[in-house]
Amino acid sequence: MGTAPASRDVTSYGMGLAAPLALFFLVFFVAPLLQLLWLSLHNDTAGLHWGVGQYLHFLTDPFSLSVLGSTLLLGAEVTAVCLVLGFPIAWLYQRVGPRLQTVIILIVLLPLLTSVVVRTFAWIVILGRQGIINATLQSLGIIDTPLKLLYTQFGVVIALAQVQMPLMTLPLITALGRIDPNLDDASCSLGAGSWRTFFRIVLPLSLPGVIAGCTLTYAAAITAFITQSLIGGGQMLFMPMYLYQQASTLQNWPFASAISIIFLLAVLAVVSVFTTLGRMSRGYGGA
Amino acid sequence: MNGRKRTLEAISFEFVMTVIAIIALIIIIAPSLVVLIVSFTSGFSLRFPPPGYSLRWYAELWDAWQLHFAAKNSLIVALWATCLSIVLGVAAALAISRSQKLSARLLDSLFMSPLVLPALAFGLAALMLFSLVGLPVSPLTLVIGHTVVCVPYVVRNTVAALAQLEPTLLESSAVLGASRLYTFRRIVLPLIRPGIIAGAFIAFMSSFDNVPVSLFLRDAATDMLPIRMWQDLEGKLDVTIAALSSVLIIATVVLVAVMERVTGLSRRLTN
Repeated sequence: MGTAPASRDVTSYGMGLAAPLALFFLVFFVAPLLQLLWLSLHNDTAGLHWGVGQYLHFLTDPFSLSVLGSTLLLGAEVTAVCLVLGFPIAWLYQRVGPRLQTVIILIVLLPLLTSVVVRTFAWIVILGRQGIINATLQSLGIIDTPLKLLYTQFGVVIALAQVQMPLMTLPLITALGRIDPNLDDASCSLGAGSWRTFFRIVLPLSLPGVIAGCTLTYAAAITAFITQSLIGGGQMLFMPMYLYQQASTLQNWPFASAISIIFLLAVLAVVSVFTTLGRMSRGYGGA
Repeated sequence: MNGRKRTLEAISFEFVMTVIAIIALIIIIAPSLVVLIVSFTSGFSLRFPPPGYSLRWYAELWDAWQLHFAAKNSLIVALWATCLSIVLGVAAALAISRSQKLSARLLDSLFMSPLVLPALAFGLAALMLFSLVGLPVSPLTLVIGHTVVCVPYVVRNTVAALAQLEPTLLESSAVLGASRLYTFRRIVLPLIRPGIIAGAFIAFMSSFDNVPVSLFLRDAATDMLPIRMWQDLEGKLDVTIAALSSVLIIATVVLVAVMERVTGLSRRLTN
């Protein structure tokens, strides 16, 4: 700064331009979250008595803990399904011509931009008692009575996987595009088979993309309120609906705040684990 | 012998990967097609395949004033949230994009955090703040809440566009005597405009589709479309929703096609 004030760097702009958004975030994002934290540390709804009663309530209540557990598990299942289905799409993308590439990208992209309610509604039509799956199986004579697919864990996982698939596939396409295709040929010409090359060369080198995709998919899957509630129905309760019920229906804001904070911390923990893995994998991939 | 074994092995690998990829692409695209087909049913249920075809549910949709009202609210809020996101987001992106400072990196993390944090928790927090300061739920509170969760898309896409800008262009412009403002208007802005438009488009779509923030910040007077649809679906499985869904799907396809032409959207999201 002090060395050459005359030759100002023309390629960058002052930090002052970030001030409006920073201020906006301070007032409307950071302050509300701090207030959430503040209220969660009170034992009464009026916010007069400090204490960790809300957290104790959550952490000693088997029901609340099971809701948290099933939410985190749901995220893991959806992420796994997205990875298994998304990776081949990214792989195929790298092997087809530019026209087909555009087609694939647009197929992947469309759900991302289509309303979540619409996408979820589509799964109600597919999984319902008179839906495609049941109608097909019945007309083929495989089953007599309709299978219960809606309001099941299976239904929620498959619907969420479809809804969140773009978040997994896009980073994978980017990561696979960065791998030097010569490595593939080299591995094959040195005698490694396609499967071995895939698991020993392609997969490790694409780890940054895998981890980026998993982070986004996981975070989105566990907070996907609409899909969880419409496909899961009343019997299955996950953290977002639990939070909403406590806040809106029961008006128990301190407990809802504690649920929010615990949920926030759980998401942050998962994201930081993924980020750490990502940093390690970059070192691995670059070596 | 070895070569033959290897080709068989290569074929099995390519076969498995291609089959899974095609199944995955079908899973992605099928639900939208199913909704499009069911919306033309002549029956009263969401049975697939439909017993017959008609436009009756589109006629129903034409008269569904509650859905029209909610759609209008959603559009207005999304437009304002997008405008606010562009103004705040582009300025912030200019400040943090080429800076190596710690403060710039911290601000970048702050601006991106609404993408990862559970939006429902933010919705509740925002409601509590607004009720604390005595600001009633209104289109204004909705616009503020939506801007927080939509501005990251504008910041991210603008930063990405700025990162691809050649610094020598700016230096040449300065050497030739152009002021910073002139350089920005004539060089920087035209080059990053597609990035800004792409970010604004995604911000608009995510605001129009937002549920977790709207859930807490709207009331009956400011009903929002995704929430109206969700509540309709909780109550009964109305085929009108299928007609509305089809309209939204077609609108999305058209908008994406336009954006692909204007901004090269698909390249932006994979680079």
